Amino acid sequence: MIPGISIYEILTVTSILFFIGLYGFITRKNLISILISIELILNASVINFVVINKYLYPDMLQGVVFSLFIIAVAAAETALAVSIIIGLYRQISSVEVKEIETMKH
Amino acid sequence: MERIIFYVLAVIMIVFAIASVTSRKMLRSVIYLLFVLCGIAGIYFLIDYNFLAAIQLTVYAGGIIVLIIFSVLLVHHIEMELEIAKISKQILTSIACLLGLGLFLTTIYSYEFKVVENTLTTTTSDIGAALLSYGAGGFILPFEVISVLLLAAMIGAIIIAKGKKLTDKKDEIV
Repeated sequence: MIPGISIYEILTVTSILFFIGLYGFITRKNLISILISIELILNASVINFVVINKYLYPDMLQGVVFSLFIIAVAAAETALAVSIIIGLYRQISSVEVKEIETMKH
Repeated sequence: MERIIFYVLAVIMIVFAIASVTSRKMLRSVIYLLFVLCGIAGIYFLIDYNFLAAIQLTVYAGGIIVLIIFSVLLVHHIEMELEIAKISKQILTSIACLLGLGLFLTTIYSYEFKVVENTLTTTTSDIGAALLSYGAGGFILPFEVISVLLLAAMIGAIIIAKGKKLTDKKDEIV
């Protein structure tokens, strides 16, 4: 654990990061920007896993292992999202959210 | 010393996160995200999880950022400015986010965490043994599931990204 830093301060920082990501997720209108916001949200939750593991249950490894799994799933998700964005750009030449209607049906 | 480093990292992360979700230039917002991810890796170094910090730097800063930059360069003109949401929507969203943040913080600060004082160091071999052990507290099954998931995601990404040609060829055969 970090000397002199309590768990409350770290959880405050991660909550702020989470809500910044949420703000971007709602206000942005571009698929890649939304992807960036999702990365922010995922990272905030990963720090929470690690910090709670370190501060409350230091002799266990569950938090670390789960954060590894979250990072792997995030990487897979980003690869899929990027391929979908590129395929979509080929079809309709745009990645704005409001112009994407071909995938609805 | 650690206090100062933590506060500097926290300020860097929050400032660049805000810049990343509000910047109107696409490429800049990706680079701001890179700074946030490096700050998170710094926090992992501070709480003594060196392996996780290395994973964060290689997978996120090395892999995901490069992937997003590729897609930005393939899809956008570099100088293009993004359209922004309406002012009323921005204000409404930020009020909602601040309310949610207040709720989170009151919940966190009203809960009594039973913190265990420790200076344990987790080595990489500990994590590797936990990932591959069959016994109690082992993670061999999720480890294998993640490997299959990564393979499926790779195949899916390839097929989606070049889907049209593949289906055309199939149609000709039929």
